Amino acid sequence: MITGLLYHFGRYLMMMGTAISRPEKWKMYGKEMVRQMHDIGVGSLIIVMLISIFIGAVSAVQFAYQLDGTLVPNYYIGYVVRDLTIIELAPTITCLVLAGKVGSNMASEIGGMRQKEHIDAMEVMGVNTSAYLVLPKVSAALIVIPLLVSLAAFLAVMGGYVASVPTDLITHAEYVQGLRSFFVPYNVFMMFVKAFVFAFILTSVSCYQGYYVTGGAIELGKASTNAVVVSDILILLADYLIAIIMTS
Amino acid sequence: MIKAINIFKSFDETPVLKDISIDFEDGKCNLIIGKSGAGKTVLLKILAGLLHPNEGQVWYDETDFLGLTKKQVRRVRLDVGMLFQGSALFDSMTVEQNIKFPLDMFTSKTKKEKELRVNYCLERVNLAGSNAKFPSEISGGMQKRVGIARSIVLEPKYLFCDEPNSGLDPKTSILIDELIQGITEENNITTIINTHDMNSVMEIGDRINLLHLGKLAWSGNKAQVLESENEVLQDFIFASPFLQRLRQIALKG
Repeated sequence: MITGLLYHFGRYLMMMGTAISRPEKWKMYGKEMVRQMHDIGVGSLIIVMLISIFIGAVSAVQFAYQLDGTLVPNYYIGYVVRDLTIIELAPTITCLVLAGKVGSNMASEIGGMRQKEHIDAMEVMGVNTSAYLVLPKVSAALIVIPLLVSLAAFLAVMGGYVASVPTDLITHAEYVQGLRSFFVPYNVFMMFVKAFVFAFILTSVSCYQGYYVTGGAIELGKASTNAVVVSDILILLADYLIAIIMTS
Repeated sequence: MIKAINIFKSFDETPVLKDISIDFEDGKCNLIIGKSGAGKTVLLKILAGLLHPNEGQVWYDETDFLGLTKKQVRRVRLDVGMLFQGSALFDSMTVEQNIKFPLDMFTSKTKKEKELRVNYCLERVNLAGSNAKFPSEISGGMQKRVGIARSIVLEPKYLFCDEPNSGLDPKTSILIDELIQGITEENNITTIINTHDMNSVMEIGDRINLLHLGKLAWSGNKAQVLESENEVLQDFIFASPFLQRLRQIALKG
């Protein structure tokens, strides 16, 4: 098992080493990056919005339930929803969802190109395929995913408001007071660090899984599943490491 | 000229190519023929640099291809065109975009110049006016012709064709053969074709190399095929009783 892990890690590093190189034509890479930004950003907007609103709403309702009958002031609901989403839920949950949606899509797309000999065709033309297929995707993700995470954090806070204020769990003033209390700008920085790291993990791992596909449809399906599973595990591991490093 | 020298290749201890040495000449259709599993595709992929042999050398004119760095290989590949068995056209691009892809990636031609070159290549393969079609909207034979157009768009010195006739009807096969032969002669290209189409062997086989069980079993031209007494060759080319009778008739004159 350890040999297998080292083999994949070494091959992943080699692919990324070749991928991070000077493009043959900036314009072509730019075009591809814009296409990927559209696919990742616009394509994932609805799911990210829905999940964020519900995460915020559920957090608010459940925290209100836990506070019931305690001496903790009600405005803490707004404060907890804000920090919970900024520090943890917005970057982590959004990226776990994106690993499922965007990651599997990338692995299937590249894997399909491998099976249909598209990658061989590009290789024979003289294209640096690992660069052309990986670099625009990773770059697009590094731009778009932090934006999606920011949107997710904002919508989660709004979701918390919608779930708690109109239902009279707390008042508008209390929720707003909670949002304004104990704000630490460093937490926003931590959110962006997580978003960048997770975006890199989910795209590069998914591209790796697709790039080295061999065999037929079953192997392509496995690569797509592996892209999601491995990305999710690595995102959670990275989440833990970032939490230790940035909060110690 | 492309030279393969003492090529050995095995997969998981199973030898596929054993000491293959072949010279592929300029301006000629060099055929690699053999039964399924003889190692034709592996040899073609080694020549094109898509696979690495365990031992041996590949020379592109004066260049030791296997001794080059990745960057140098990419530079040599600008002189290489390849037609794949399944055409390998990019599904999300139109015919024009497929052919234009190498021009966009590697040249600094203007939009007009690219358009002219694409249209010339399409005319050359008798597909003028198909620019806006997608690969899924055209037949297998047309896809092969688009594949040829894409492989010649950068005016290559070397052309590789992997089973160009597979899945095509006899008439379309002849058309594809004629196209490849015409392009080879016009541009003095070193063309290497991997096939088991007998018509191709007898029509365009300027130089024929028969692989059998991973070894080079016979080498010659189309005129020598009929006269050769090589058993492996006769067994492969004239596999059916009908073809054997034809051979007898041809030999009697």
